[in-house]
Amino acid sequence: MAVDVDTVKKIAFLSRLKIEDDSIEATREEFNKIIQWVDQLKEVDTDNVEQLISVNENSIQLREDEVTQGQCSKDILANAPMKEYGYFAVPKVVE
Amino acid sequence: MSALILKGKNNDWEMICGLEIHCQIISKSKIYSPSSTAYGSDVNENVSFIDVAMPGMLPSLNKECVRQALKTGIALNAKVNKYSAFARKNYFYADLPQGYQITQDKFPIIGEGVVKIELENGETKEIGIERLHIEQDTAKSIHDISPTKTFIDFNRAGVGLMELVTKPDFRSPEEVGAFLRKLRSIVRYLGTCDGNMDEGSMRCDASVSIRPVGEKEFRPRAEIKNVNSVKFACQAVEYEANRQLEIYESGGSMEQESRQFDPVSGETKFMRKKEYAHEYRYFPEPDLLPLVLTDEFIAEIKADMVELPDEKKERFVKELGLTPYDAKVICENKETAEFFEKAAKGHDAKKVANWLMGDFFAMLNEKKLTLEQSPISAENLGELVELVTSNVINGKTAKDVFEIMAETGENPSKIVEEKGLKQVTDTGAIEKIIDEIIASNPDNVASYKAGKTNLMGWFVGQVMKASHGKANPTLVNQILVQRLD
Repeated sequence: MAVDVDTVKKIAFLSRLKIEDDSIEATREEFNKIIQWVDQLKEVDTDNVEQLISVNENSIQLREDEVTQGQCSKDILANAPMKEYGYFAVPKVVE
Repeated sequence: MSALILKGKNNDWEMICGLEIHCQIISKSKIYSPSSTAYGSDVNENVSFIDVAMPGMLPSLNKECVRQALKTGIALNAKVNKYSAFARKNYFYADLPQGYQITQDKFPIIGEGVVKIELENGETKEIGIERLHIEQDTAKSIHDISPTKTFIDFNRAGVGLMELVTKPDFRSPEEVGAFLRKLRSIVRYLGTCDGNMDEGSMRCDASVSIRPVGEKEFRPRAEIKNVNSVKFACQAVEYEANRQLEIYESGGSMEQESRQFDPVSGETKFMRKKEYAHEYRYFPEPDLLPLVLTDEFIAEIKADMVELPDEKKERFVKELGLTPYDAKVICENKETAEFFEKAAKGHDAKKVANWLMGDFFAMLNEKKLTLEQSPISAENLGELVELVTSNVINGKTAKDVFEIMAETGENPSKIVEEKGLKQVTDTGAIEKIIDEIIASNPDNVASYKAGKTNLMGWFVGQVMKASHGKANPTLVNQILVQRLD
C-alpha cells in the first residue's frame, strides 16, 4: 500500500499535527518506508491462527467499586490555561 | 403488521431502523478511575487526575461496571463473551482530554441477543441485539454561559456506559417506542441504569433508511443523534422516513449523514456528513489487559439476577390470575409491580389489580403524586379489597372508605369500625326494612305484580337508602324476589 500526499494531509489533520508543505513529500516517503517494513509481516502465513490481542495471558485485575479519589478541583484545575467558575474554559466549541 | 409503509407515486416504501443506546451504568465509582459518579455535585469535584488525562495516569477497570454489563447482557438473552478487550477510539474534542475514548471494539463483553417487544395489536416481535460493550462517558460541555467560551465540567467524564447496538430490525416508530420502554424497564428492574432519558442517563441514536418494499439492499442511512425521550424517538424516526421519501420521490439520493432532532419543530436537521466521523483509528488499548471472565464469576452473577418484567408478568398471569394486559401494565414499572405484590398478598389478586389500575392510579393522578408518595399503603389497599371480598362492606361503601383513606392515610378496618360502615348481612334486619317498604308502598307493589318488573331496581334503591347504603346488595335482591314474586 502506497501512501499519497492527500493521505499524509488527512492523517496530519486527524492527529492535529502541523506538517509544513515543504516537508509533506519527505513525510510521505517516510510513511511508505515504515509501511514497506511492516509489510514484511505479510509474508508469514497466518491462516488458521487466532488474532493475538495481548501477549500477556493474564486477565485484567478488577478494582473494587469504592470512591477513593476526587474532591480536589483546585489541583485538577491548577494547570488549566483558562478556568472560570470552577470550569475549564476553552475556545467556543460550535455545536 | 405494525410496519410503517410510506406511499410513493409508483411504489410503497418501508422504513428500516436500528438503534444505538447509551446507558449510564449505576456504580459508586467511575469505570476506569476511583472517583465518584454522584450526580449534581459541585463542578469538577468528582474528578481524579485519571479523568482529566494527566500524564502518567493509568486506568483500572471497575468490577461493578463489569458486573452490571453482564447482568444487562444476560437479561437481554445475549451471549456473554468470556474474553473481551478494550480499544482506543481516537478523536479530538474538548470533552475528551485523553484524545481517545477507552471503549471496546472487536471484542465486546456481550454479543448477540434477542429482546421480545409487545405491540398494540397484541402481536409480539423479536428485536435482535448486535452487541453490548462498555466504555467511558465524556465530560459535559456548557455552551450557554459565555458567548466566547465553552465551559467543561469533568464530573461526568469516566462514568461507565453500556452501549447497546440493535440489529436493523425496526420497521415502525411504534416498534422503536416499545423497545425503548422495554429496555428501560429491564435496566430499572436490574438496577444497572436508572433509565432517565430526559436526564441523559439513557441516550438514543436512531439510524433510519427507507427502501422500496421488496428491495433487498439497505440504502444509505441518516443517524439521528441523542434523542432524549421515547416520544421524541418515535417522532424523529417517522419524520426522517418521510423526509427521505420526499428526497427519493423527487429524484434525489441520500448520503450517509448525522442529523439532530429538534423537539420544538419535530424535524431532524443536518449535522455533518459521515466521512470524517469514521476516522476513529481504533487500536487495542495498551493500558488495560483483556478481560477474561471465569465461569465462577458469571455463575455468581446469574445467581444474583432479579426477576425480570417478562418473568414477573408471566407469574402474575399464571399464579395470580391476572389478564395479560393488566399484568403488562403493572409489571412495566418495578415499583408498581412490587406495590401490587405487597397489596395482593393473601387477598384476591385480580380485585386488587382492578383497584390499583382504576381508583388507585386515578387518585395518584388527580393528586399529582408518585407511587412512593401515595397516602394509601399497599397493605391498606389489600385490606380494603379483603373487606369487600369477605362481605364486611359492600362495593359502594368501599369507594367511600377509599376516599377517606386517600385523605387521611388511615387503615380501612379502622375507618369502617369508627364510622359504623359494616354492611348489614343480618337477614332479619334486612327483612324488616323490606317489609316496611312493601307495607308503605302498596301501589308500586301492585304495579310490580302486574308485570312492571323493572320496579325491582327502585325497591333495591329504597332498601339501600333505608340502610344508609350498608345492606348487602345480594341479600337485598334475594329477599325482595322472595317477598314480591
